[in-house]
Amino acid sequence: MKLVSAVVKPFKLDDVREALSDIGVQGITVTEVKGFGRQKGHTELYRGAEYVVDFLPKVKIEVAVPDSLLDQVLEAVTKAARTGKIGDGKVFVTNLEQVIRIRTGEIGENAI
Amino acid sequence: MEQIFELQYALDTFYFLVCGALVMWMAAGFAMLEAGLVRSKNTTEILTKNVALFAISCTMFMICGYQIMYEGGWFVSEALKGDTASALAAKLEAGFDGDAVYSKASDFFFQVVFVATAMSIVSGAVAERMKLWAFLAFAVVMTGFIYPMEGSWTWNGQPVFGLFSLGDAGFADFAGSGIVHLAGATAALSGVLFLGPRKGKYGVNGERRAIPGANLPLATLGTFILWMGWFGFNGGSVLKTSDMSSANSVALVFLNTNAAAAAGALGALAVARIRFGKSDLTMLLNGALAGLVAITAGPDTPTPLQASLIGLAGGIIVVFSILGLDALRIDDPVGAISVHGVVGLFGLLVVPLTNPEVKMTGQLLGAVTIFGWVFVTSGIVWFALKKTMGIRVSEEEEYAGMDVFDCGMEAYPEFTRQGS
Repeated sequence: MKLVSAVVKPFKLDDVREALSDIGVQGITVTEVKGFGRQKGHTELYRGAEYVVDFLPKVKIEVAVPDSLLDQVLEAVTKAARTGKIGDGKVFVTNLEQVIRIRTGEIGENAI
Repeated sequence: MEQIFELQYALDTFYFLVCGALVMWMAAGFAMLEAGLVRSKNTTEILTKNVALFAISCTMFMICGYQIMYEGGWFVSEALKGDTASALAAKLEAGFDGDAVYSKASDFFFQVVFVATAMSIVSGAVAERMKLWAFLAFAVVMTGFIYPMEGSWTWNGQPVFGLFSLGDAGFADFAGSGIVHLAGATAALSGVLFLGPRKGKYGVNGERRAIPGANLPLATLGTFILWMGWFGFNGGSVLKTSDMSSANSVALVFLNTNAAAAAGALGALAVARIRFGKSDLTMLLNGALAGLVAITAGPDTPTPLQASLIGLAGGIIVVFSILGLDALRIDDPVGAISVHGVVGLFGLLVVPLTNPEVKMTGQLLGAVTIFGWVFVTSGIVWFALKKTMGIRVSEEEEYAGMDVFDCGMEAYPEFTRQGS
């Protein structure tokens, strides 16, 4: 099992969610986050003095997937979140040791 | 015939009261403007300050300010002694076209809201770092003594410490560019010098940092409220509306006040767009207020075109003044020292151009007298407060916000608290 964490532009959240449900993903976790990458921040102006907004708002989408579905998920996320401009975000994939569904006590891929 | 005089008395009293109520409403304008231009963590405190300073101003001016300024008696006792018969006699003497005669109580009411305006100017400049109770202690002295003293030398025509008379020198300040606005800004400047800039406003290498205001819709609303209140401020200062020439004068004052505000706004907007490449709303708001302050010393003599030019110049001056004070590391979050002080001085000095009865030397002497008196006396008070109770909150408290430190509550608790 893998945990896919995708940091994407906030306005792309709906597209990513739809693309994931189209390929059968049944649950995601979304967090509003701030950060910077190569895009860096941007400057704004107030009463003649510039100030830098260091951290830009993004959303982080976390999806737990069985190994068999990983490639499809990665393709769906990258395709849906891409604008081609700087600041589109990143996808991180990590191994997932265990998953438990709290209600039934199921474990492993059955719990996803 | 006597009944017509009574009617005239009643009309001028009524006009005075309505204008006074308009000026009272400027307190709301200052509160909203300042609440909009500070950070959200300092909102409750600035609102508390604005309401409390208004209350202190009204109370102190009633207790002793009106006596010091106009010999109206401690607790306004003298002012209310006149009976209807003596008022009517005064009206008969003045005649239909003569100087206005109105209820003494309405005079107190109109004067007291001006005191509150002068004091409101101070609160914005020292925002976000001054202890609430140190500020309120200053307000007691400012509205009970400092302002009434300079008011007695100007509008009441008393000689300055018995030495010289500003009126004889050709000084005139119609509605108070100097007496109210320059005075308030001078007390603010003195306070800021003792207080220092907000933490984080200037970097170690002297770079200027922006500390954006939390709520520009509130700042805009506040500016419009002030703009509206100013019709009472300048219009009421005609003192009479009940004969044709007075009514014409009132109408011209309204027209000129509005024209100057509009031109001031445009001037500041244009300068900001050219200097920064962006249309800075806060500068536009300061520009409208600068136009109003600039015309306040003499709204009754310029033509509408001249009034517009005076307002335009005020709006241009205010942007450069704000940038200049910032370069000097005089941190004024709302631009009060520039709007009311620098442009207030400009307003005084421009009066002789349209009013031949006013002398430039008189205006300079008046400006120096007001500035010198307020700067020195308020400096003494700030210094004494600094040595006793302290005027500045600690760094940690400043970081956490004045709201939690001084008031124990936040303006927007749902942003930071979980609750049900």
